[in-house]
Formats: sequence, C-alpha cells, structure tokens
Amino acid sequence: MSAPLIEMRGITKIFGAVKANEAVDLSVAPGEILGLLGENGAGKTTLMNVLFGAYAPDAGEILVEGRPVAIHNSADALAAGIGMVHQHFHLAPRLTVLENLLIGIPGKSGRIDRARGLARLDEISRQYGLSLDPNLLVSALSVGEQQRLEIVKALFRGAKLLILDEPTAVLAPSEVDGLFAALRSMAAQGLGIIFISHKLNEVRALTHRCVVLRHGKVAGRVDHPAGTTSAEMARLMCGHEIVPPVKEASTPGAAVLTLDGISTAGHAGMLLRDVSLVVRAGEILGIAGVSGNGQRALADVISGMLPPRAGTMTIAGKTVTQFSPRELQALGLGRIPEDRMTTGLVTNLPLADSMVLPRIGTEAFSSKGLLNPAAIRAFAEAQIKAYDIRCPGPMARAGALSGGNLQKALLARELAFDPKVLIVSQPTRGLDIGAARFIHEKFLAMRAKGCGIIVIGEDLEELLMLSDRIAVMYEGRIAGTLDSADATVARLGLMMTGAGQTEEAA
Amino acid sequence: MSAVFEQILQVGFLAAIIRIATPLAFATLGEMFSERAGVLNLGIEGIMLLSAMAGFTAASLSGSLWLGVLVAVLVGALMGALHALFTVALGLSQHVCGIGVTLFCSGLAYFLYRLIFGQQSVPPSIDGFKTAPIPLLSDIPILGPAVFNQFALVYLAIIAVPLAAFVLYRTPWGLSVRMVGENPRAADSAGVSVIATRFQAVILGGALIGLAGAFLTMAQFNAFTFGVVSGRGWVAIALVVFGRWDPWRSAGAALLFAFVDALQLRMQASGLGHIPYEAFLMLPFIFTIVAMAFMSRNAVAPSALLKPFRREER
Repeated sequence: MSAPLIEMRGITKIFGAVKANEAVDLSVAPGEILGLLGENGAGKTTLMNVLFGAYAPDAGEILVEGRPVAIHNSADALAAGIGMVHQHFHLAPRLTVLENLLIGIPGKSGRIDRARGLARLDEISRQYGLSLDPNLLVSALSVGEQQRLEIVKALFRGAKLLILDEPTAVLAPSEVDGLFAALRSMAAQGLGIIFISHKLNEVRALTHRCVVLRHGKVAGRVDHPAGTTSAEMARLMCGHEIVPPVKEASTPGAAVLTLDGISTAGHAGMLLRDVSLVVRAGEILGIAGVSGNGQRALADVISGMLPPRAGTMTIAGKTVTQFSPRELQALGLGRIPEDRMTTGLVTNLPLADSMVLPRIGTEAFSSKGLLNPAAIRAFAEAQIKAYDIRCPGPMARAGALSGGNLQKALLARELAFDPKVLIVSQPTRGLDIGAARFIHEKFLAMRAKGCGIIVIGEDLEELLMLSDRIAVMYEGRIAGTLDSADATVARLGLMMTGAGQTEEAA
Repeated sequence: MSAVFEQILQVGFLAAIIRIATPLAFATLGEMFSERAGVLNLGIEGIMLLSAMAGFTAASLSGSLWLGVLVAVLVGALMGALHALFTVALGLSQHVCGIGVTLFCSGLAYFLYRLIFGQQSVPPSIDGFKTAPIPLLSDIPILGPAVFNQFALVYLAIIAVPLAAFVLYRTPWGLSVRMVGENPRAADSAGVSVIATRFQAVILGGALIGLAGAFLTMAQFNAFTFGVVSGRGWVAIALVVFGRWDPWRSAGAALLFAFVDALQLRMQASGLGHIPYEAFLMLPFIFTIVAMAFMSRNAVAPSALLKPFRREER
C-alpha cells in the first residue's frame, strides 16, 4: 500500500487551559474523501488550521506522502500541496476572478502572467467541471460560484489535498449536488479531500471514511459511513443518543399575521412581488427558497425595518403596514435575525445589554429616562440560567460567546416576552446537533402555546420537521405553499428553482 | 473677467498648471499606494515638510540637486517606514499615528532647519532645477512649451503616473497590494505576507511623498520656509478619494486642483484687487470640498483601509 497523502500523528493543540486537540491521528489516501465530523467546538477547525499552518501544534507531527514536514504558515501548506476552502471565503470582492486566482503567484518578467493564468483556469475547469468567468468581479458571483472559485484557487496552486470547512452551510440544495459531483470527480482523479461537516446525511452520502471528534479527541472512526446509521454517528458526535423532538398535532387558531399583496422596491435579494401569506396561532410556517429570492426582504418587512411600497400587513387583525420595529414589537412581534453577529446583537457590548436591546427604554428596563442596570442584569442572569447559556456572566462581551450560545441568548430575549408572532431566519445555521435540537424544542413549545411562527431557512429537512405548512419563495414571489404532509425535499427543491411556479399559478 | 479668460489660454498658464500639479501628483500617488494597501497615511503633510527641508539642506550643503532629491526620497521612505512600524507591525490606530508622524516630522523639520541655518532675516536659497526643454516635443505649439519645457522632476511625475498604474494593475506585487487592502486574510491564505506588502507600499508611498517635498524646495521655491507645504499634503488625501484610488484619476484630480489654483493666482493678479486676496486663496480648497461632496458618493475605499491585520485572531 502506498503512503497516505497526508498523515497527522498525535496532534495536540492547547489554547490557554483548553485542549482544542488532543493526540489526534488522521490520514487521507489519494482518491479518498475523508469526513471530519464533530459538534461545534469539537476541534475540527483547529485541527485543520494546524494542518494549514495557521496554528503551530503543541505536539505531534504532519507527514506529506510519508515525509515529515514543518508547516508554519499558509505558504508552507500550499507548497506541501495542501489547499483549504475556509468557511468564510478568503476572496477580495472588488477584484476579478482571475486576479483572485493569481494572488501570490509569481509573474513573468515582472508582470502578472494573465495568459498562463487563463490557460490553467481553463484546464482546471475542464478537468473537474468547475467553470468560472475569469473577468467577472467576485462581488458579482453567487455564493456557490465564490466557493467554486475557492476550490479552483486551491487546485490552481497545485493542491493534492483539499480541506473544505463546512462547505454546504452556505449552499442551496441544488448547489450541494453540484459541489458533491465536483468533489467526487476530484477524488476519482486522485486528489485527497477532507470534508468537514456536522450534517450527517451529507457525510454519509459523500465520504469514504470518517473521523468523529469530540472534545478535541477522536471519538470514533467510521469505515463505511454509507452503511452506518445517522443515529450511530450522532451518538459518536454527542456522546449520547439524540432523539428528534416530537411535533404534536395542533389545531391552528385565528390568523395572527397576514400579508396581503406586499411589494417592495429594492436591489437584488431585497425585492418582494405581491406576497400574500397567513400565519395562524399555533402554527409554524416554513419559508423555503434559495438564498437571495426575497427572504431577507420578507423578514425586514414583517419586522418593520423595510416599509413596503404596496400591500397591507396585519397583526391580530390590526393594520400595521407602516409601523416601526418598536411599535410592532409592542404588539407582540418577535424577531430572530439571520445574522446574529451583525443584526442580532452588539458584539462589543456586554451580553446583558444585547439581551435587552429591543426593549431598552421600556418600563421593564428603565425608569424616568434612565437605564435600570439592576433590572437589565437580573433579566440577563435569569435568562442565562433558564436557557443554559454558557458564558462567563451577563457582563461578558457578547462577541466572545459561541454561535449556539448566542442563538440561545437571542431566543431567550424574544421568548421572555411571549410573542404572538415570531419570525426567525436561519435559526440553526452553523449550530451543532445539540444546540439545534434545543432551538427546535423551544419553537415547538411556543407553537403549543399558540404563537404563530415563521421560519425562514435553507435546510429543507429542518423545515419539513418543524413546519405545518411550507411556502417557497422564488424571485420575490411565493411560488407555492404546501402542507408539510405533502411536501418532500425533491418537490420543494423543484419549486425553489422556479419549476413549480407555472403549475401553482394556474 | 475677460482678462482672466485670456490668461487661461496662454502657454504660461498651462505651464503653471503642470508645475502646481507636479508635487500634488507625487503626493497623491504616494498616498494612493499606501491606502491601496490598507494604510491611511496622515503623516503625509509632515513627511512632505521634512523631506522638503532635508532635500533643500542636502542640496544646499553639497551643491548637488540630485543628491538633495535622493535625500528627500530616503527621508520620505524612512518616515513611511516609521508610520508602517506603528500601524502595520504594531497595529495601532492609523489616524492617531498619522497625526503623530505629521507633528513629529514638522517639529523635527523646524528644529533641524534652525540648527543648521540659524535665524536669518532672508531665508537662504539655492539654485534650483532649471527648465530643461525636450528636443522636438517642446516645439509642439502650445502643448510643447507648457508640458515639455519643464523641470526634470515634472517629467518624472509624468512618467510616474503610467508607471504607478502599471505596477498596481499589471504586476504581481501590485495585485498583492490591492489584495491586502481589500481582504488581507485572502492574501495571507494565498501565501502573501500582508505585513511585508503593507510595509513596502507605505514605504514606497513615503518615497513618493518625499519627491513631492523635494519639488517644493528645489524646483518651485528654491528655498525652505515653514509654510512651504501649506496644506498640500491634506489636499493629496482628498485627491486620492476624488481620484477613487486609481493612479490615472488621481493624476487627473491633481491637474484639476492645479487648474483652480493657477486660476486663483491669475485672478489675484488681474485687477480684481478690491477683493481681498485671501478670498482667492480659498478657491482651490472650496473646490476640493465641493468636488469631494459630489464625487466621493460613488467612491469606494479599499475594504481593509484602517484595519490592522493580526494573524492569530480567532
């Protein structure tokens, strides 16, 4: 048997008191797709950053094709044939595709070698089916195309091993299929691939072998992921059984939120055309769609941040079309925004401040025009306890919390005031199974209490599991609405590409 | 007023525009390289003054103008390195450090000048650069005598613009500069040293700013006074925005500013004497503010401008 492409032996990395990785062994053979599985904070990204030279390991060694190598920075990693596609893309939006490819590549007699760059790009495009227009600005590319560019960038530099850090988190289902096809083609042509994910079905569908990390250590190795159940792999990841939450039957009550013929003006991704929706008490309405088809505008209109140009919106029968976010919230609207770091909370302020932010200035947290720090603190402390938010305390900087704990904090802040209507975007993006499970349970509990919930998401399985009905958005319109009993991933996926539209309109 | 318009069409007026634009062009290109790499250099005003003083002193003591230019460029590059040390290596606030560099350089220039030349009633002067007509080209009507019968440093500025565009857009180093100014992490993961590239860009920028200073004391005024820079550095910062961080547009912005400045000089001299001359002096600056208000709406600064880069940040 030939030497593995990459072998990591006994890798240990310590941050302060935390052992992010402890004695991890891992190897990838040419032509092999290795899944690296684990919950958030299990040490997957740290391990890959050690391999890519961003962190120096405290112990252990890395072998490339049987020879020990020292990788101190990304240049060393690239020289050793290791390429990485980070979760947050490393691209310059205002430069072209070709310029992003050629960065750091020596030129010919002092000039950028455009001709050779174009030829290499063409070669890679044809070899792996990854086509890109070299002259487009990166800002004009879709997220899927940007990811393709990141992959091409690694191959361009002669990567023999490609690390992909949660590549599917940002993709629509149809784009995931394209990515998987490209990855299989690369593996078939002898490249090694490390695929990091916490989506079990993807790991089972794609990878040949998989390593599960838990608390920085290898918790298990699976040799035939396709032949193993998701439940078994989830058990390895979490260390205990994961039971999916039970959705009890409920009879929806009166309409709590209606949109009638809502249209907005706006640039790409912010456009709504004649959107009509009803959410009833005790019902979860899922909104599916490829990102950029008006979901953000919908969330902004409902939460009062984007005044619609036409149409009416009512909450519990009251017309609220031109209401401000503060007025809507006073009527019982809760919102959990898509991006917890930018619109959700203020990362540089104490967590407690962020937790009362939407209600700052109300009687609960202030008196006579002055803040009431004791009330703010008490509220935050109570929620931290109730939701088991792991943090140093209510006065800790919000930005220091992990994604799952931030999402819990946002959930706590809205649910504490018993909203009648709750609109959430991408509620579990980037969260691990345990945290996602917790969020799901809370939604179902709110549903049982008679709250009307809108869940905007790209994870169809999650929407199918939570929703009573699912509406699909396509180019700013509602392309159709299905009862979740009738909905399947395939059917929704088809509607998301606009295929189901004519049928529904008829 | 007609007298003013007659003036505009004269060769002397065109030549004046080119002369006024030259130090602005050097300074603007210098600031542009620095900002393209993500580093605002507010030290520009002081670096220009110190370079102007150092170049003048070297030329005055050695008798060699080109040695003076070399010293001015080296001093500019050195002060660029100082600014980069604070803002790139140590990651300190670019605003505060830039103003610090300006105050430091200005103070140092005054101090050294007094130390070397003492206090004299008439400031010492040198025999500055003479105009050097370029054969054939200077015979072109109007344009020839205006553009091609100039100081050597003017020709250098004319060459510097396309050269800067070539370096920025056509060389791997220029691409690295643009990349570290847009997304340093992307450059880093592609194996480009963000720190080194930023240092180089700020030092190159400092050298160009030094050239601007050299022009003032060795071609334009042939003497050093404490007001010799008088805001040209600050103007260059505005011109970079006005020129949208592009060498060609920046040079165009410098020419436009120079046009207004040359115009106000003529207006001062041509019978509009009942208006205080300070009113004319304000014109180019009012123009800059108005132009900025209109043009900078569409201007998009390099994304990573003002943002220090640290690798181990999680």
